[in-house]
Amino acid sequence: MTKQSNGFSATRRGFLAGGAGLTLALMLPLARGRAMAETAAPFAPNAFIRIGTDDTVTVLIKHIEMGQGPYTGLSTLVAEELDADWGQMRAEAAPGNDKLYANLAFGAQGTGGSTAMANSYMQMRKAGATARAMLVAAAAAEWGVPAGEITVSKGVIAHAASGKSSGFGALSQAAATMEMPADPPVKDPSAFTLIGTDRPRLDTAAKSNGTAQFTMDVYRDGMLTVLVAHPPKFGATVASLDDKAALAVPGVEMVRQISSGVAVYATSTFAAMKGRDALSITWDDSKAETRSSAELYDMLSTEAKTGGRVVEQSGDLAALSAAATLHEAEFRFPYLAHAPMEPLDAVIEVKAGKAEMWFGSQFPTFDKPTAAAALGIKPEDVSINVLLAGGSFGRRAQGSAHLAAEVAEVAKAAGRDGCFKLVWTREDDLRGGYYRPITVHRMKAGLDADGALVGWENTIANQSIMAGTPMAMMMKDGMDSTSYEGAYALPYKVGAHRIGWAQAQSPVPVLWWRSVGHTHTAYAVEVFLDELLEKAGKDPVQGRLDLLTPEATRERGVIEAVAKLAGWTGRTANGKGYGIAMAKSFGTYVAEIVEVEDQNGFPKVTRVWCAVDCGVAVNPNIIRAQMEGGIGYALGTALFNEITLEPGGTVAQGNFDSYRMLRIHEMPAVQVEVIASTADPTGVGEPGVPPLAPALANAWRALTGKAIYQLPFAAAVA
Amino acid sequence: MIEFTLNGKSVSVAADPDTPLLWAIRDDLGLTGTKFGCGIGMCGACTVHIDGQAIRSCITMLADAAGASVTTIEGLDPAHAHPVQKAWLALQVPQCGYCQSGQIMQAVALIDQYSSPTDAVIDAIMAGNLCRCMTYARIREAIKQAALEMEP
Repeated sequence: MTKQSNGFSATRRGFLAGGAGLTLALMLPLARGRAMAETAAPFAPNAFIRIGTDDTVTVLIKHIEMGQGPYTGLSTLVAEELDADWGQMRAEAAPGNDKLYANLAFGAQGTGGSTAMANSYMQMRKAGATARAMLVAAAAAEWGVPAGEITVSKGVIAHAASGKSSGFGALSQAAATMEMPADPPVKDPSAFTLIGTDRPRLDTAAKSNGTAQFTMDVYRDGMLTVLVAHPPKFGATVASLDDKAALAVPGVEMVRQISSGVAVYATSTFAAMKGRDALSITWDDSKAETRSSAELYDMLSTEAKTGGRVVEQSGDLAALSAAATLHEAEFRFPYLAHAPMEPLDAVIEVKAGKAEMWFGSQFPTFDKPTAAAALGIKPEDVSINVLLAGGSFGRRAQGSAHLAAEVAEVAKAAGRDGCFKLVWTREDDLRGGYYRPITVHRMKAGLDADGALVGWENTIANQSIMAGTPMAMMMKDGMDSTSYEGAYALPYKVGAHRIGWAQAQSPVPVLWWRSVGHTHTAYAVEVFLDELLEKAGKDPVQGRLDLLTPEATRERGVIEAVAKLAGWTGRTANGKGYGIAMAKSFGTYVAEIVEVEDQNGFPKVTRVWCAVDCGVAVNPNIIRAQMEGGIGYALGTALFNEITLEPGGTVAQGNFDSYRMLRIHEMPAVQVEVIASTADPTGVGEPGVPPLAPALANAWRALTGKAIYQLPFAAAVA
Repeated sequence: MIEFTLNGKSVSVAADPDTPLLWAIRDDLGLTGTKFGCGIGMCGACTVHIDGQAIRSCITMLADAAGASVTTIEGLDPAHAHPVQKAWLALQVPQCGYCQSGQIMQAVALIDQYSSPTDAVIDAIMAGNLCRCMTYARIREAIKQAALEMEP
């Protein structure tokens, strides 16, 4: 049986073929002249808004929807300035096109660093304001009334004096012929009616009835499903292959060797699985990582002791040797898999020298040229349909574009035109690398006789995420700030200080994992600081507030807010431990307080309070959802998760039985306060994660006296 | 050829009898709302009903569905307006959405069994359904809301 894809791609093709109504081509702010004029404009036009004759307003979303909410958030910005009714709003994925749909924070098309809202805030509001002005101009022309007398509210354009009114759809054709305003005014925040209020997500219905289309759900005529046998050790290659048994499996059509392993092509997923199981492969481990996690920790510990290269240095560190109390600790953080519910997958169709792709492409800017190179065709002959991703948490944000490369190699190796769906199983996902880097922090700090902090040293040792990928262009002088972000430029007065980074090398591929460097720096900084406050006899909340610099007003705001929300009284009460931590990441400030109980020697987190300052709260309900999600994601990880390399270099974990996720009975009650702010909005996808693990460790130490220097708890407490 | 009832219609599948029901439903019968998450029955994304019972279709063989009545998310309600689905909308449960078909199918079976579920019952029965976005608190509330609406 064969089926047709019925998802976003078909819809979008209809749109690009010239759907009815106003398709608004926008010039970037510096552009001048008529929007539709074919002039040699210095900036390419953007297309974000389509207003149908049926009154629907469809927003093309340039950021991938993976649960964090850009379909709804960016549509809200357009609707606000358009004065649309929320019920008429629709969202669709923008296709891969880095000229039209660049992330203004990157200058390239991609989603990451919790930048979607921040970089789109003015762009999408301007898009909405432009559309509104053109609709109003069309109404003024048709009704013969001054544009200044026309009002727009909840999708209705009206002129009170003449009693005329219209929906958007009836005026959309005329609006398309109006002069585009060069720089339409946007609202003063005091006039917002949608921004700042809860409203339902645009993708909830499809995600509650099975119709939401993910990559896994793409089925096309003649499509073969492909599984790839990857080497069991990172960096190993195929030495020899016997595919006779695999080819004998009914449904298996071919077996091909590609650079990442051995690909099995079959007419069904199950046949591909059986075929792959039947492969006999000998691997060449000569370039493979054969060290265990224990050996890697030893190597990183040694590297950290060198002090590394200077990230930041200030003051005279002699203060440390004169300190009344010296405190030292080494923190260890394991490799982590992202483990999104939808494993990696991608569909490619090659026909007559052109390729069309359907997948959750988080960095189309890298995916497209990489696929083209693998196929030996030009990037402009590759088109990417960006589909919903069943989670990512960084996994699909690939500087290396290895997923696009692999599916393109699969198509190339087939040696014929056709459609191929590459599927990674859960085992492929957990054993496939691209982990949060295994990391060591070596820390030292001193207190004077009065308990004041006089000096602070922290050396971080780990692999670089960006080195060796196209992202390396973001590095300066060989320094990868994602390895140590959050460990320097601290908001606390820590006295003389030196932060260092030692870059480690391994064939194990690493990647950003929800909050990236902050996953470990927030833990090391906030746990170590908490211990110092304890040694100085200070309260964790007041002690932090006393250490904050005068400029750290928003850090102060979230700490004070969360303490009030939780009714903070101290470290322990009634058999429960309490801990706090604060982290600023990606421009957003979050403080969390954890309540923990001792359940047979293992922590049971019962409640979490969270205060978040992300500037203007575009949709508070989505912000709360992202904080709840980040807290649960971080909690499960802190308690249970590590990817460990066994002696010889193979991965110990393989599926959810050995890489254990937080389950519903372990989810604490979470209370979130969103700080009122008029600052420009910043992201919320990642910033809920960093404070949780250190707040938990601080609460656990308060309750039990046990410090946790190695994550996860399951490894440290056992 | 294995025959069973899928969402009220008779279907027959030519795939091998040891094919997981999940892949028969997706690859052979073309219904994609039921998801692949782990393949070993540890995540619940593939949850469907067989004769009203919630089962993991990734570890159920096609042969075991012979003659049975199988319901997937697509067949839960013709208008996609089952009380559980309405509660999912009201509570704004989904984030990425990938696990939610399985969550909803498990929740429907739960309410069929327990008309007034407590937190403890919800925790016990929903513990087999993973959500990596951690929408658990909203799932819990949505199940309670749906159960209230479904009370006879």
